Amino acid sequence: MASAFEYAPAPESRSVVDIAPSYGLFIDGEFTEAADGKVFKTVSPSTEEVLSEVARAGAADVDRAVKAARKAFEKWSALPGSERAKYLFRIARIIQERSRELAVLETLDNGKPIKETRDADLPLVAAHFFYYAGWADKLDHAGYGSNPRPLGVAGQVIPWNFPLLMLAWKIAPALATGNTVVLKPAETTPLSALFFADICRQAGLPKGVVNILTGYGDAGEALVTHPDVNKVAFTGSTAVGKAIARSVAGTDKKVTLELGGKGANIVFDDAPIDQAVEGIVTGIFFNQGQVCCAGSRLLVQESVQDEVLDALKRRLSTLRLGDPLDKNTDIGAINSAEQLSRITALVETGEAEGAERWSAPCELPSSGYWFAPTLFTNVTQAHTVARDEIFGPVLSVLSFRTPDEAVAKANNSQYGLSAGIWTEKGSRILAVANKLRAGVVWANTFNKFDPTSPFGGYKESGYGREGGRHGLEAYLDV
Amino acid sequence: MPTTAPAFSDATASDSALRRFLFGLPGVDAVGLEARAASLGTRSIKTTAKAYAIDLAISMIDLTTLEGADTPGKVRALAAKAVHPDPTDRTTPRTAAVCVYPDMAATAAAALAGSGVKVASVATAFPAGRAALDIKLADVRDAVAAGADEIDMVIDRGAFLSGRFMKVYEEILAVKAECGTARLKVIFETGELSTYDNIRRASWLGMLAGADFIKTSTGKVATNATPANTLLMLEAVRDFRAQTGVQIGVKPAGGIRTTKDAVKFLVLVNETAGEDWLDNHWFRFGASSLLNDLLMQRQKLSTGRYSGPDYVTVD
Repeated sequence: MASAFEYAPAPESRSVVDIAPSYGLFIDGEFTEAADGKVFKTVSPSTEEVLSEVARAGAADVDRAVKAARKAFEKWSALPGSERAKYLFRIARIIQERSRELAVLETLDNGKPIKETRDADLPLVAAHFFYYAGWADKLDHAGYGSNPRPLGVAGQVIPWNFPLLMLAWKIAPALATGNTVVLKPAETTPLSALFFADICRQAGLPKGVVNILTGYGDAGEALVTHPDVNKVAFTGSTAVGKAIARSVAGTDKKVTLELGGKGANIVFDDAPIDQAVEGIVTGIFFNQGQVCCAGSRLLVQESVQDEVLDALKRRLSTLRLGDPLDKNTDIGAINSAEQLSRITALVETGEAEGAERWSAPCELPSSGYWFAPTLFTNVTQAHTVARDEIFGPVLSVLSFRTPDEAVAKANNSQYGLSAGIWTEKGSRILAVANKLRAGVVWANTFNKFDPTSPFGGYKESGYGREGGRHGLEAYLDV
Repeated sequence: MPTTAPAFSDATASDSALRRFLFGLPGVDAVGLEARAASLGTRSIKTTAKAYAIDLAISMIDLTTLEGADTPGKVRALAAKAVHPDPTDRTTPRTAAVCVYPDMAATAAAALAGSGVKVASVATAFPAGRAALDIKLADVRDAVAAGADEIDMVIDRGAFLSGRFMKVYEEILAVKAECGTARLKVIFETGELSTYDNIRRASWLGMLAGADFIKTSTGKVATNATPANTLLMLEAVRDFRAQTGVQIGVKPAGGIRTTKDAVKFLVLVNETAGEDWLDNHWFRFGASSLLNDLLMQRQKLSTGRYSGPDYVTVD
């Protein structure tokens, strides 16, 4: 669509980040090759360009990293909290100083728009380290009695949707409470974790406190099943989460799982409609919908359904899809070919089951992995697209007549991670929020994150909480 | 030109109907509105897009002087500037209008004759609007007789805030009738209306009463045009056209001083009301110092150098 006011390309410069042609595993403060010498390539999902080749960890590397973490644990956990805090504050400040570089790197490796890495991911990453740095010397006052003890070595496996932010959610509370960690980033987004390893060295963090193992699911499995790991933290799919829960059953490992979701975004007829439309867009198209707490089910009151849908389609037509490094891009690339085919398959199922598909009119780039912002109408609770997590830019629209029906439909899900309520009536917000079985309930907003706020799920969305004071519990022997 | 859009004739049938209609408009969530405005403010407008936006912004300026100290000489200088904003570069577009008090309208009209630059005059006991209706109407009549092409009226904020919406509505109707062929801009003084809900209600009230433009503010109070209140008014004109087919203009005024600000407002227009409003018939900036900043940025784009304030005219 040619418009009078055509925004000229405004790409963020790639030159702020220097990506090496290859990277090793980060074990005991050193970058090292995998024991068996295996490597894999990481590509930029928006262009399919190979960015770097990284070491692929195997069971022997996991063992080596866990041993390093175990060795470091004794001294690290014995440090006064105020000393651990200094390292965390230092890390937070370095992240802020290098935020432009890290934002560009994350955009290249993940495919999400620079607007998001710059304005959401990186500020939140730094904020998370600052927040837990503040807790490190105040654990006596966290509500777990005096001098609560760390668990030991934490094995952490994180997803590709917010690589650095999920790393921060895992590592910051673990270090603040005195644990040491072995973290495995996702195979499609290993780079920002490796840059974080460099930041740990820059901050003078003692060797072995943080170990980064790039690799695939086999490395993750070896990590969570390693006998000398005391704590398992996983964010990712429900299927893998279940497998982890099975594998640690019968051990004394403490586990937190943050899994899938099918968040209901409930729009009542007295909602602030224009802002609700923005909230729906943020809810499902932020990070191309590859967000576990995405508002992927829109529940709209029938009396305003047409109005909301018209406004939503008009708004979706203004979304700018394309080069993730362009500062004006709203919708970036899907993270991998595998994820794209999963989204495509679920959308085909939606169409086959009779839901009505509408996609925003936008041109998709010829290389890379792309999916146009899409919504389904004529969706009922029985449709696959209303039940299964799509993890992509696809919104299923359902309607309701009364608040009770809205609550019943919202809760009618195997998941329970997030929900949104849109109404100008404060009493309705409170009444509905109390009945929703979801870990996070947003009122007149969506996808707002803050390190002070606990985050986690009900039902198959997992257990345990990350963030806030509650997030300390997962890393303390309490 | 319809005075009241037919789709909403019921809304203005009585005082209570008008109140019900205005209170039935969807509420505005302040946090969400401001977040949206701020997010559009992060658009990066460079090179060709910037050149387009600067020229468009210049062409949308109502170059304004509204001082007690205004003189014919000052108004003529401003008129000359409106016609040739940059004497060193004749490709610079003209501004849309020169905006003055009614007693200066004749001077402005004479100075601008044949230039295509419009004469806009504030009226209705601007800026407070605290005068009897017949005095306000006489003010409008004078301005139109003196050659004003556009009238910028203020609404009775006291009546609005005390819930006497019909009084506000009827006053706009009366002013509109007095305007004849002059286009009417209705100023809400958003800083005094204070809430976004009020600004949305005032927007609809103004549009129902036949405003050709809805305008944020007089420039005489603490809070004038902001990205958020302008975004809200752009949503109002967008929705009004969708429901009635009638297009209405928007004019943010006061506090827009830099090219960067102006470009942000144009992004709001582009992504909210749409490109049909990217024309000085439908969008204006009420501003004075903005023009020189736009000219300096324009010179920088064409020459690659930033020349500084000595290379634009001071009026």
